Amino acid sequence: MIGNPKVVRALQATASTLVIVVAWQVASGFFPHYLFPPVPDIVKRVVDILITGPLLVDVLVTAARIFAGLAGAFVLGCVMALLIGRSPRIESYVTPVLVFLQGIPALSWVVIAIIWFHGIEFRIFFIMVMTTLPAFTFQILDAFRSMSKDLFEMTMSFRPRRWTLFKVLIVPTIVPGILTAWKVNLGNAARVVVVAELVGATGGVGYQLLRQQQLFDMAGAIAWTLQLVLFVLIVQQTIVAIENHALRYRAVSERAM
Amino acid sequence: MANPVIRFQDVSKVFYRANGRGDLMAVERLSLDVAQGEIVAVLGKTGCGKSTMFNLIAGLIEPTSGTVSVSGHDPFRDFEFFRGKIGIVFQGDRLMPWRTALANVLLGLEILDAEASEAEVVARGWLERLGLRGHENDYPHALSGGMRQRVSIARAFAVEPEILLCDEPFSSLDEMTARDLRAEFVRLVRQNGKTAVFITHQIGEAMEIGDRVLVCHRPARIAFEARMTEAAREGQRQRIHEKILEVLSLDAPLGTTTDGGG
Repeated sequence: MIGNPKVVRALQATASTLVIVVAWQVASGFFPHYLFPPVPDIVKRVVDILITGPLLVDVLVTAARIFAGLAGAFVLGCVMALLIGRSPRIESYVTPVLVFLQGIPALSWVVIAIIWFHGIEFRIFFIMVMTTLPAFTFQILDAFRSMSKDLFEMTMSFRPRRWTLFKVLIVPTIVPGILTAWKVNLGNAARVVVVAELVGATGGVGYQLLRQQQLFDMAGAIAWTLQLVLFVLIVQQTIVAIENHALRYRAVSERAM
Repeated sequence: MANPVIRFQDVSKVFYRANGRGDLMAVERLSLDVAQGEIVAVLGKTGCGKSTMFNLIAGLIEPTSGTVSVSGHDPFRDFEFFRGKIGIVFQGDRLMPWRTALANVLLGLEILDAEASEAEVVARGWLERLGLRGHENDYPHALSGGMRQRVSIARAFAVEPEILLCDEPFSSLDEMTARDLRAEFVRLVRQNGKTAVFITHQIGEAMEIGDRVLVCHRPARIAFEARMTEAAREGQRQRIHEKILEVLSLDAPLGTTTDGGG
């Protein structure tokens, strides 16, 4: 069983996490607890958040905001990628705008959203969409363009209707790119949502982090941060599971690179 | 020839190239007829425009001048008319890696909106005829080159096309596998009464498969034509082989076919 690569990887991941936990615990013995609270205190706070209804709601609200923002950017990104992919003229108009948007920092979007909009939820949604849209568009466009010319010609030789072509060739071609885009953007979205919630939200992980800062509560700050990390890990693993199923046709070499 | 299935009338195809490299004349004033039920083998050196001819018949590209007609229709413009009428076996197997062998054979039938359960019976039948029983659920990466090419042949035949186009389908296979598949291919074409255009650069393969062998010179134009009757296959094989070799050796070397038009 110890030779099983999955078990080995899990043991390696546990070992490296344990090193960090032990180092933190040692540090808590040498520094004041408001700087390095003991690990058991942090664990207790993490569990408290998970079992206390109103606190758990804050985590779920943040999760919902991440999903909503990513879903919005994904849908828009798909539409834009397909438009750009179909027309070089649209590409020459839209691509510079996306590159420009990509250069705008998340914090600038927060300020712009606060000035432009009143509703908190719409502000956060707007910030999430604007910060993840360019990456989604470029990644989906890249996946679309990587479509094999040979497979395209082969499929066209059967004279498919537009929708059938989309279903049998385009979707399977872009699925790997879409999954990668979700994995990459999930991490970005988790970071951006906290910034968006720090400024102007009345609930969510970002709002709770702001409260911990005001209370100078390091154990609380770590516990709330871990909620977000835990959320990202769970969603990442779900995407990996979907990826393993959807891309099961891929040949895997027995020799590692 | 009365009512040819495939007709080229004075067809030329020029590819316009960027960077001042001149335009490439791939096919020059080609006229050609292929009769119903005939197997025509097209032979020529690499780069002589055989694949361009193939793409013109398949309707994947449009002629620069002249007309191409297949079953009386323009294969490039009459997109809907040719649904299910032309089956193609490409040089590479061109299997979709995300589909199993069975699902790859089902592709054409799916596109033609065939009823799912009937389509599966047909696809399984073709896989069995081509010796792939037991491999229906294998993905392409788990199949050998010969097996993958068999799947692509099954995919082309499964839609019951009237016309089969083959672009050097066995060129990447070992001689034994290629020989077996060639024999299987000819048997299937004759048994099902198909019209076929078979592109190859191997003289032996062209003579073995074709009712007629066309030798092309660059840019694609017919330099020699031989009817492969039984008598020709038996008694004059060596003479025809030598003649084809002689004609091929007269072809201009690659790189001399550019018109300085561009």
